[in-house]
Amino acid sequence: MRLWKTILAAAVLALATGSPTFAARTDLVIGIPLEPPHLDPTAGAAAAIDEVLYANVFEGLTRIGQNGEVLPDLAESWTISDDGKTYTFKLHSGVKFHDGADFSADDVKFSLDRARADNSVNAQKALFAEIDKVEIVDPATVKVTLKNPQGSFLYNMGWGDAVIVSPKSADTNKEKPVGTGPFKFQSWSKGSSITLVKSDHYWGTPASLDKVEFRIVPDAAAYVPALLSGDIQAFPFFDPESLAQVKDDPRFKVVIGSTEGETILSINNKKPPFDKLQVRQAISYALDRKAIIDGASAGLGLPIGSHMSPANKDYVDLTGRYPHDIAKAKELLKEAGLENGFKATLKLPPPGYARLGGEIIASELRDVGINLEIIPVEWAQWLDQVFTKKDYDLTIVSHTEPNDIDIYSRKDYYFNYDNPTFDRVIADLNLTSDEAKRKELLAQAQKILADDAVVGFLYELPKVGVWDAKLQGLWENAPIQANDLTKVKWGE
Amino acid sequence: MTMHIDIPEETLSSILAKAFRNTAFVAGFVITVLILAMAVISYVWTPYDVTRLVISDKTQGPSLAHWFGTDHFGRDILSMIMVGARNSIAVAFVAVGIGMGVGVPLGAFAAARGGLVDEALMRINDLVFAFPALLSAIMITAIFGPGAVNAIIAIGIFNIPVFARVARAGALAIWPREFILAARAAGKSSTQISIEHVLPNIATLLLVQGTIQFALGILAEAGLSYLGLGAQPPMPSWGRMLFDAQTRMVAAPWMAIFPGMAIVITVLGLNLLGDGIADILDPKSRRQR
Amino acid sequence: MTAYLLKRFAIALATLVLASMVVFAVLEILPGDPARLMLGMNASADQVELLRNQMGLNAPLAWRYLHWAGGLLSLDFGRSYTYSVPVLDLVRERLAVSLPLALIALALSTIIAIPVGLFSASRRGRAGDTVAMGAAQLGVAVPNFWFALMLIYVFAVWLRLVPAGGFPGWGAGIWPAAKSLMLPAVALALPQAAILARVTRSALIEVLNEDYIRTARAKGLPYRAVLWRHALRNAMIPVLTILGLQFAFLLAGTIIIENVFYLPGLGRLVFQAITQRDLIVVESVVMLLVAAVIAVNLVVDLSYAVVDPRLRSRQ
Repeated sequence: MRLWKTILAAAVLALATGSPTFAARTDLVIGIPLEPPHLDPTAGAAAAIDEVLYANVFEGLTRIGQNGEVLPDLAESWTISDDGKTYTFKLHSGVKFHDGADFSADDVKFSLDRARADNSVNAQKALFAEIDKVEIVDPATVKVTLKNPQGSFLYNMGWGDAVIVSPKSADTNKEKPVGTGPFKFQSWSKGSSITLVKSDHYWGTPASLDKVEFRIVPDAAAYVPALLSGDIQAFPFFDPESLAQVKDDPRFKVVIGSTEGETILSINNKKPPFDKLQVRQAISYALDRKAIIDGASAGLGLPIGSHMSPANKDYVDLTGRYPHDIAKAKELLKEAGLENGFKATLKLPPPGYARLGGEIIASELRDVGINLEIIPVEWAQWLDQVFTKKDYDLTIVSHTEPNDIDIYSRKDYYFNYDNPTFDRVIADLNLTSDEAKRKELLAQAQKILADDAVVGFLYELPKVGVWDAKLQGLWENAPIQANDLTKVKWGE
Repeated sequence: MTMHIDIPEETLSSILAKAFRNTAFVAGFVITVLILAMAVISYVWTPYDVTRLVISDKTQGPSLAHWFGTDHFGRDILSMIMVGARNSIAVAFVAVGIGMGVGVPLGAFAAARGGLVDEALMRINDLVFAFPALLSAIMITAIFGPGAVNAIIAIGIFNIPVFARVARAGALAIWPREFILAARAAGKSSTQISIEHVLPNIATLLLVQGTIQFALGILAEAGLSYLGLGAQPPMPSWGRMLFDAQTRMVAAPWMAIFPGMAIVITVLGLNLLGDGIADILDPKSRRQR
Repeated sequence: MTAYLLKRFAIALATLVLASMVVFAVLEILPGDPARLMLGMNASADQVELLRNQMGLNAPLAWRYLHWAGGLLSLDFGRSYTYSVPVLDLVRERLAVSLPLALIALALSTIIAIPVGLFSASRRGRAGDTVAMGAAQLGVAVPNFWFALMLIYVFAVWLRLVPAGGFPGWGAGIWPAAKSLMLPAVALALPQAAILARVTRSALIEVLNEDYIRTARAKGLPYRAVLWRHALRNAMIPVLTILGLQFAFLLAGTIIIENVFYLPGLGRLVFQAITQRDLIVVESVVMLLVAAVIAVNLVVDLSYAVVDPRLRSRQ
């Protein structure tokens, strides 16, 4: 067997035209699961856009670091007025866009005004909703006035949807993105890969890599072969279920980090019988989070008891609120008058956590008498039927936006949850900037959600990164969906 | 009035004797019967319950307890293959049924009427043929949602023109024959003639084509399920098992090997059976693809 | 003859028009809003409506059909919703993968199938024939995606001879690009070769039973010469027919294989476009494939007519 392998390999090696290089590498091929629909972060919700461009090609006033902290970016510093409504940003000087245009306060005003305009198609328009006006003080200073104080404003400005673009290239960014970052866009081979190269006149610390190729690999089955064959050197978002195949291989580094993705079993709170608290609580008792994490996420991922990442400083551990207890679940169903169980549907979007988790949850709920029909849907259908039309009973999805507990207070959100007490807590939170007070309000909010069993809280999506052991500087965590390559380099 | 069928000189026993000398037929027959038996047995008994997930037993290799190992949810692969056979057979069988049920009357009708009707029907046939089958099946499941029933419809639709063509070609060869002329002279309508004389004579052709389409149906169902568009969990299906297996090929190759072999053996068995039947009953019949 | 040709062309055209209506209608009822998909979960209904207007999705049905169909005639396939580039450019890029892949697979299957068919036919009923046809039976029964998975693990993971998937682009050089098409081509070719070998064998056997072959044999021509010079040439018609159909099938039928090897080909373009509701791409590519099949059928029909004049007169 061994001999055959050697002979065969030698025979083909003789044919192959390999030219090994011994200098330190400056190129990198990164695997990403989904192809961005286009390359303009200010005009689309697809996470894949940010995964390629955020911090690499485009920069904002602020940016978000790998632990979720707000860092200065194009704004080197800022001051906040005492009433918390006026932000004055001091901008870096000598910054140029990749097409040679100079960056100045004009571009900041243009970008923010464009994002919040009536005809804006920015996918996160809400980020800019509190902005009252944007004024240019001088070419290096911008003043932003808010309608109300907003605790999260600096964080919001760090989102990929808030990056600064040039009026000259704004309309063509979808095809040919032009930003101010350390990498500039080179080419996009549709369906296959996107290539960035180092920008020659970057204003900050230049990148170590000369060339980065983002290779689109939609099929998790192809991850392992691509890594093993060396075609792709890094998968920042690896498939947890394939991990067993590479984790003991010294050529690779496996890094488990955190995300802001609360993976939940969403429940349509207005649809009978889910409008009954006992039914929702019964579901929560029926869920065995450990089995779900083991089966859908290779045992990785921390269980959650409410809508907050365990990595968050304001996290309250509520995982003990509903222990796995089949008897209790059955009892609650009986109280709700459903001792014979009932039928419902479970609509599952494409990601592995949903499809695998769905099978496990269906089996667990069957144990308490709830028979689920599994309906797999594509994202387009999920957004249309579940998210927009709220035509669903149960679904599984990971809410990857950071600090998004307020979604439960949104009118008409797809949970169909309506609790004035909770809404008041969130309203208070928005007006509070005192840290201790905020922490207390957030704790309250988490507790209300858990008590109401609004949804089935499952686990925090882990960020499983696998890359060449010699590669340094990739993000461990994913506070936002991004692949920041500014500090990535090859070691010895 | 006697029915005229083209295999009359042989007695049943001589056909059987021929059948048992035909290796392809015997092999195909044995395989098909075994697969069918497996599917039937799965209704009353499987080594393990396939709806029960035992996460703590996930991806165990083949052993005495689990002959073919377990999958990523700790389910027994052998049990899943047994239950999956049900799904594959049911989907392919009903799809062939749709194809025959609609296609054969269409083809026979076209052959009987000829002229414009024939032309029009065959053009519609060509229209369906012109659509890439797998792509269209994907579109059908995108509209109606994935699932076994929609997979049946998607595969069934594309069986219709196949059977229509075979039936028409077979019928056209029969119509000029003397016994048909005799029937005509006796004042029978073309519908009567089609049913009483044409159909029995093309039955062999249809049977052979049926086994081929059955085998193709099993492959098509596996392909659709592999893309996640076929039968949905908790119902096990062979294609879906392969889909689940592909991300775990290095760690759990048994998850891919056994369901794949189940597909290969079943399709092989059906094809051999079809070949065998064709050889025994009508050495001149040509297999159509 | 001219009348027959004209009639055939007219029918082909009518089929195309009908097909375009079917395609358009089918996509109309496809659930899911492309605008909502592009904007995601945080966008408001007004924003979605705005984008729908910008994308021209709110125009009347008939107008959109005529606009699209008219565009097809002038080879203007419209612009992709998601990529916002002309569909024709996308198709051209993808054909640069799918066309060579289909051709390599077809060539491979021919190279394997014809000799096997010849071998089997010349040894009809003997051990060699049985083994070869048994292998062909097995080849027909193997699902190509399963075979592809097995190939990946042997040649890419275990032996590391070829890439496990992906396509570097022809810009990376002929060899690296061709190398990445090798496994997919083999995976596609095997079942096709098995079918083709069977067809070749039976076509040859039929020809070998014809009188003129017996005459040639009787004249003392060596068996080999008869087989190659007379029999093979005459058996080519059914073989070429199957080849034509297989080519059309390969162009469209590579969806699963392109997914397994993550190749940016035509099949995957359509598959992705369906899930992303990039309707204009789906419509155009499906029409293109349908047109290809109709063209192949037309050629096959015409070649029958040329070969067998009786078919013409019967019509």
